[in-house]
Amino acid sequence: MSALPILAVWLGALGLNTWLSRFDTRATRLAVALIFGATILILWEMAVRIYAIPPVILPAPSQIGASFARNTAILWTDFVQTILKGALTGWLIGAAAAIATAIAIDRSPFLQRGLLPIGNFVAALPIVGIAPILVMWFGFDWQSKAAVVVVMVFFPILVNMVAGLAATEPMQRDLMATWAAPYGASLWKLRLPAAMPFLFNGLKITTTLALIGAIVAEFFGSPTRGMGFRISTAVGRLDLPLVWAEILVAAIAGSLFYGIVALAEKKVTFWHPSQRRQRG
Amino acid sequence: MTEAVARGHGGANPGLRSALPILTVLLAIVAIWYLAAVWMNAPWVRDQAARADTVLTSGELIRQTLTLERPVLPAPHQVAAGLWEGVAGQKITSKRSLVWHGWVTLSATLAGFAIGTAAGIGLAVGIVHNRAMDQSVMPWAVASQTVPILAIAPMVIVVFASMGITGLLPKAIIAAWLSFFPVLVGMVKGLRTPDAMQLDLMHSWNASRARQFWNLRLPSSLPYLFASLKVAIAAALVGTIVGELPAGATAGLGARLLSGSYYGQTVQIWSALFAAAILAAALVMLIGAVERLTLRRMGMAR
Repeated sequence: MSALPILAVWLGALGLNTWLSRFDTRATRLAVALIFGATILILWEMAVRIYAIPPVILPAPSQIGASFARNTAILWTDFVQTILKGALTGWLIGAAAAIATAIAIDRSPFLQRGLLPIGNFVAALPIVGIAPILVMWFGFDWQSKAAVVVVMVFFPILVNMVAGLAATEPMQRDLMATWAAPYGASLWKLRLPAAMPFLFNGLKITTTLALIGAIVAEFFGSPTRGMGFRISTAVGRLDLPLVWAEILVAAIAGSLFYGIVALAEKKVTFWHPSQRRQRG
Repeated sequence: MTEAVARGHGGANPGLRSALPILTVLLAIVAIWYLAAVWMNAPWVRDQAARADTVLTSGELIRQTLTLERPVLPAPHQVAAGLWEGVAGQKITSKRSLVWHGWVTLSATLAGFAIGTAAGIGLAVGIVHNRAMDQSVMPWAVASQTVPILAIAPMVIVVFASMGITGLLPKAIIAAWLSFFPVLVGMVKGLRTPDAMQLDLMHSWNASRARQFWNLRLPSSLPYLFASLKVAIAAALVGTIVGELPAGATAGLGARLLSGSYYGQTVQIWSALFAAAILAAALVMLIGAVERLTLRRMGMAR
């Protein structure tokens, strides 16, 4: 009996979405996605209340929201410690190092043939396991988290950047040669712009990696703030609403981070076919 | 994209042509590692020597930095010895055997990978055939890629433990969750690759939707499926290892990493790390081999 309201909400939303999806315009597409998300939240809330699921197993969205509102100060300190200091610093250093390395090895096919397969290989490894070592070397504060992030984001960006620098056509390079363009000019005016779509691909993949690296590294030791620290201690105190509030912060930060990089991509590579507005 | 790069540089015989550069780079890495080991371990050795009032020759200093019990950075041969000791020097059932820990991790990884792949493929099939599902689920599936899901792994373990479920299943669920999204996104893309011409041809043969799925959509999605399977299994392994981190886990490569970091056993950390790396490489290569075999049999090999 108690499952009836849940079933009713689900079927109602399903019917609404099936009906809406037939129109297939921009507005209905957005509406369908939003209705789906809202339905999940409502079903979650209803299920927790009707079946009286204890909050130590699964808190309701309203409890999570309340915990979020109650602990904004804590959440903000953790955000600054983990995201701004750990993840962002590491991501910037790692990206800069990877781009510089890619440009440096660009003139040597020998180094490229040697480094690229290794880069691809390393990109598939569980690099996050290096966290305990780096925590030992760089101490408990954000520097060690940034170091983990540097190692994690370096290879994906390197591989993409090298591929991007090789993405120009022989015809285009020949044109630069006929203009007697020196290496620097052809790099700056032709090959770097051509590499941008590839570079941004790498930058976008690594935004999530950076957050994961910074949070997981805190499980191996951290000062008494930070999202990874808060998650592990709140789990220990069975304060699950706070844990979920941290997850909410991580989700928002991850989407924002990705969104900002995607926005920058749009501004930088406006000329690329995938970024131009489709007609019709 | 990476394959395109490999082909671009490979030429006629990519394996042979790139062997020398790869070896050179590997040798350079090992050389740098040795130098770093000497450099990072030297302060400790000097300190010890100063306390014992002995003067070290540089040869003696280097020898000592490479044979420390708990070095800051163990030398490559120490890691290799630790790895060998863990793999071959123990009985497989021993708690110090890396084979045993590796198996604990591997079994959870494979279980999670199987669940995640099955769920991903199933949902992708639904999405391709149902527009309401496509418009509801896909935006969230894509958005969820930007969320650091891995970070909640310890919570999942603890919650399951509080419900009395421990062992393989909670880790497998994390692994499944992580391998689910790459498979879903790749498979939806793959099932949509047949172009209008091919679909029209199926229509003109009066093929049913099931026929169209089995004979056209599924075969043309396989290259995409394999590409995402490689990502998924690597993600599943990382998920399992992180799932083994919460205190209380005593088995698995992640637990080895954690106990090594608690007791300062650097050689143990590095051997567990390399065991995990070898495991990841073996799994990805295994899927690559299956991919080559399948695509060759289907006449799709490049």
